[in-house]
This record gives sequence, C-alpha cells and structure tokens, in this order.
Amino acid sequence: MKYIKILLWVPFIGLLGFLSFANKIEPYVLGMPFLLFWIVFWMVLSSVILTIVYRFDPDNKGSDPE
Amino acid sequence: MNISLIIIFMFLILALYLGINARKGKDMNMQQFAVGGRGFGTLFVFLLVAGEVYTTFTFLGGSGWAYSKGAAVYYVPTYICLAYVLSYWLVPKIWKYAKEHSVISQPDYFASKYNSRSMGIIVAILGSMALVPYIVIQIKGLGIIVSEASYGAISPVVASFIGAIAVTTYVIISGIHGSAWTAVIKDIMILVVVVFLGIYIPIHYFGGIQPMFESVQSVKPEMLTLSNQGLSISWFISTVLLNAVGFYLLPHSFSVVLSANGEKTLRKNAITLPLYTLLLLFVFFIGFTAVVQIPGLQGAEGDLSLLRLAIETFDPWVIGIVGAAGLLTALVPASVMLMSASVGLTKSFYNAIVPKATEKQQLIASKLFLIGISSVALIFTITGGEALAILNIMSYSLISQLAPALFFSFPKNNLINKYGAITGIVAGVFIVLYATIFNVKIATFFPNVPHVINDISTGAIALLINTVVTLVVSIFTKNMDINKKQMSDIEASNY
Repeated sequence: MKYIKILLWVPFIGLLGFLSFANKIEPYVLGMPFLLFWIVFWMVLSSVILTIVYRFDPDNKGSDPE
Repeated sequence: MNISLIIIFMFLILALYLGINARKGKDMNMQQFAVGGRGFGTLFVFLLVAGEVYTTFTFLGGSGWAYSKGAAVYYVPTYICLAYVLSYWLVPKIWKYAKEHSVISQPDYFASKYNSRSMGIIVAILGSMALVPYIVIQIKGLGIIVSEASYGAISPVVASFIGAIAVTTYVIISGIHGSAWTAVIKDIMILVVVVFLGIYIPIHYFGGIQPMFESVQSVKPEMLTLSNQGLSISWFISTVLLNAVGFYLLPHSFSVVLSANGEKTLRKNAITLPLYTLLLLFVFFIGFTAVVQIPGLQGAEGDLSLLRLAIETFDPWVIGIVGAAGLLTALVPASVMLMSASVGLTKSFYNAIVPKATEKQQLIASKLFLIGISSVALIFTITGGEALAILNIMSYSLISQLAPALFFSFPKNNLINKYGAITGIVAGVFIVLYATIFNVKIATFFPNVPHVINDISTGAIALLINTVVTLVVSIFTKNMDINKKQMSDIEASNY
C-alpha cells in the first residue's frame, strides 16, 4: 500500500475538474442548488478518502505520542 | 451601554482572564511562548487549525460575499477542504524536519533548509506582510461587530481601536497557550451560533432552506452559479489552488503544525477537518437569506449583512451572544497570527542584528514587533475600504509565493538553490503588489486575451512566473556555485 497517497488527488479532481458540469442551479439536491450540493458532496467524500488513506498508509504504523 | 455590548465585553474579559490563567505554572521561554513546547495533541491542534475555518473572515466575510457575489463564495470551503487533503501529505514532512532541527518558526525553517540567513529574513518579512491583511480582517471584523452591536453608538473606527488593543494585550499576556484555551470556548460558541442562525433564519423567513434558495433564484438567479466572466470557473479554480497551497504556508498555520506532538496527530486531523468546514454552509444560508431580506448593501457593506439581518430578526441579548461569538473568532486567530509574525521577525531579523541576544531580550523584542504589527494593521483597517474576501485573497497571493521554495526542498537533492528561491519569491511578491496597487489584469497588456485566461487570479500567475524564475536562476547560478567550489578545491590543492 505504498502508493495509497495517490488517492489524495481524487478530491482535487472531483472539486475542480467538473465545475463546468456542476455549475447549474437545478436539480436541487437536499435543499441546495446543484453547484453547492456538488461541493458539499465532495467535501464529505474527501473526509472518507482521507480515512481510507490513513488506514492503509504504512507511515502510520509507527507509534506516536498520543 | 446596551445589553448586547455588555455581553460582548463580558466575553472579552473572560478571554483575557483565561489567557492570564493559562500562563500560570508554565515557564515562559521562547519555545513555550511560540509553539507551546511542541506538546499539543490531536484535539488542541484540531482546534487551532480549525481556528482558520472560523475566523471573523468566514463569519462576516463568508456571509458578506455570499450576499454580494453569490456562488463565488464557495471558493472558501473548497480551498479549505483541499488544503486539508494536501496537508495529509505536506505537513508531516514539515513537522519532522522542524523537530529534527529544533526549528520553532517558519523563517527558521527556510533559513535552515537553504542554509541562508537572508532567506530567513525574506521569509519573515513576507510572512508578516501576508499576515497584515489577515489581521486587518480580524480587527475590521471586531470593529463591525462592536459598532453594529452598539446599534450605532460606537463608530467603527473607535471599535477597531478597541479591537486592536484587546487583541494585542491578549497575546502579550498569554502567548499560544491562551489561544488554545480560548479556542475551545470560541469553537463551541461559534458552532452553536452559526448552526442556530443558519437554520432558524431561512426557516423564519421562507419556511426552509430550499424555499430560501428558490426565492433567491427568482430574484437573482445569477447568484447561485459561477458567472461566465469575472468571478468565473477559471477564477475559481486558480484561486482555490492558490489558497490551498498557501494555507499551511501562512505563518500562523505553520506555527500550529510545529506545535503538534507527532506526525500522526497531524494526519489524523486532516481526516476530520473537511467535515468541520461544512459548517460554513450555515454561514452561506444566512448570506443568501440576506440577499432577499435586506437588499441594498453596497460593496464592502456586504460584510455587515449577517449582523444587520440578525439585528432585524432578534432581541438585543441574542445580538450580544452573536457578537461575543464573533469577538472570539477574531481574537483567537488574530492572536495566533500576531504571535507567529512577531516570533518570526524576532528569530530572523532581531537575531541577525543582535546574535548574542538573551532569551529574555528575545521575548521583549518579539513583544515589540507584536505591537508594531498590530499598529500597522490598525492603520490599514482605518484607511482601507476593501471587502474582507479581497483581503483574504491578497494575503494568500503573497504567502503562496513561498510554495516553490518549500516544495523543491522536500526531495533529498534540492533542484533549486537559495539564489533561485530568493529571486523567485521577490519576483512573485513584486507582481502581486504591482497588480494589486495598480489594479492590473492580463487584459491590460493583452487586450484580446480570452476571459478564461484573464480571470485567472493574480496570485496564481505570480506563482507561475515565480516558479519559472526560481528554476532559471537556480540553473544559472548552479554553475556559479560549482565554479566557486572548484576554485576553492584548486586553492586547497595548491597548499
């Protein structure tokens, strides 16, 4: 799992790569205009992706003071 | 004095009291003052980093830009979120190096990496320059809060004075320890206030979040998407990338990284911080409600929208609580910023002039720098009239110029040297200042350039030129270094 950090690129692509597609008001999702929803969706997903990376990252095997 | 002001001042006194108390039982040497002895665990680092999410900028500036510019304001959570993603990879590297070389400030870090004192001094100056707009934001925000909460009794200028004095006293007394404790109260308060206002206000006026957006859509549909030119998609992408890169380069975020107790602490924080940023949504809900409910605020007045709307909706005591939360969101970040700027200047500038300064002299010097910086910020606050968001972007445009010097320094063999790094930084900063002061865009030189390119933020263009200059100068001076080395080798072999 040495290359797990590559996943860190995904949020960048999701948030910035599809703006011309996401830049619209309708459909409303969860009460929000589509563009806002898109950004919120990717913020949540970023957190999920970071959790996965943290779990599999060999750098976190060592013990650290808590 | 009305009830709202009384509540706000009570919180100010509480914050000062906690600051003084946090100091007791701790020996205040330079390392304690600056990075809390490098002993902060996950929670404290979380709160201090999250302090960036909830400064007065996001509170007033976030709703203010939603009010005056609409969807362009989404750049704020986007860059913060991506800065955290980037931080997972970036900040442990910085922390590790800093620990191994006992570095306690950003200029130190660069000076040590490039083995150059001039580099340290340049970084210190740039750091303080970049922090000035940010401190101006906080003081301005304090001014807005106090004067709005006084229902006009206190003028914004007087209120800014009060704010600047409060912040400076607070930092001088407590250093970073005070910030961490006040940060706890601040985060709880702002969370409650923002969520409450963000849900209550749209429901109160429109019956829900979606009906609120729908009425914005019927009045000003262009507010809900990015526009075709100006604050367009290319503006959005370039600004977000620039700010995401600049986020941990801001001296105060850098200090917070150094105050962590381990690499894992920093990585763990990266996971939860994007979720915490979601709370900005509620701030936007308030700003968008204000679009329909209190139209007519012009330009920088947009920053007043949250408080104006709150005043129209609630009793004065609620305004007091909202104002107090706002006060803390200014106080905590401003103190962290002032501290890191002053410690940076002391470590590089003062120590360069007075190499044998004692620990005590250094502490005194850093406190004098602190007063100096807050005075400069106060002057800018009173004289300048920009919206908070513009100041935010200005700050990031400046500090991001350090990015090439930072990123190239990670691999074992640094591609660039100090000459390249310094020339690049100076070139980048010059472009940012020139373009800001004379209000220059690409179209000024190339009138036919398409909007897609013209809308790219100035900071990003400066960063690009900076990188090119850095590389070119490095390649050029590399031979110079080698020549020098050969010369001295030859000289050495002669003896």
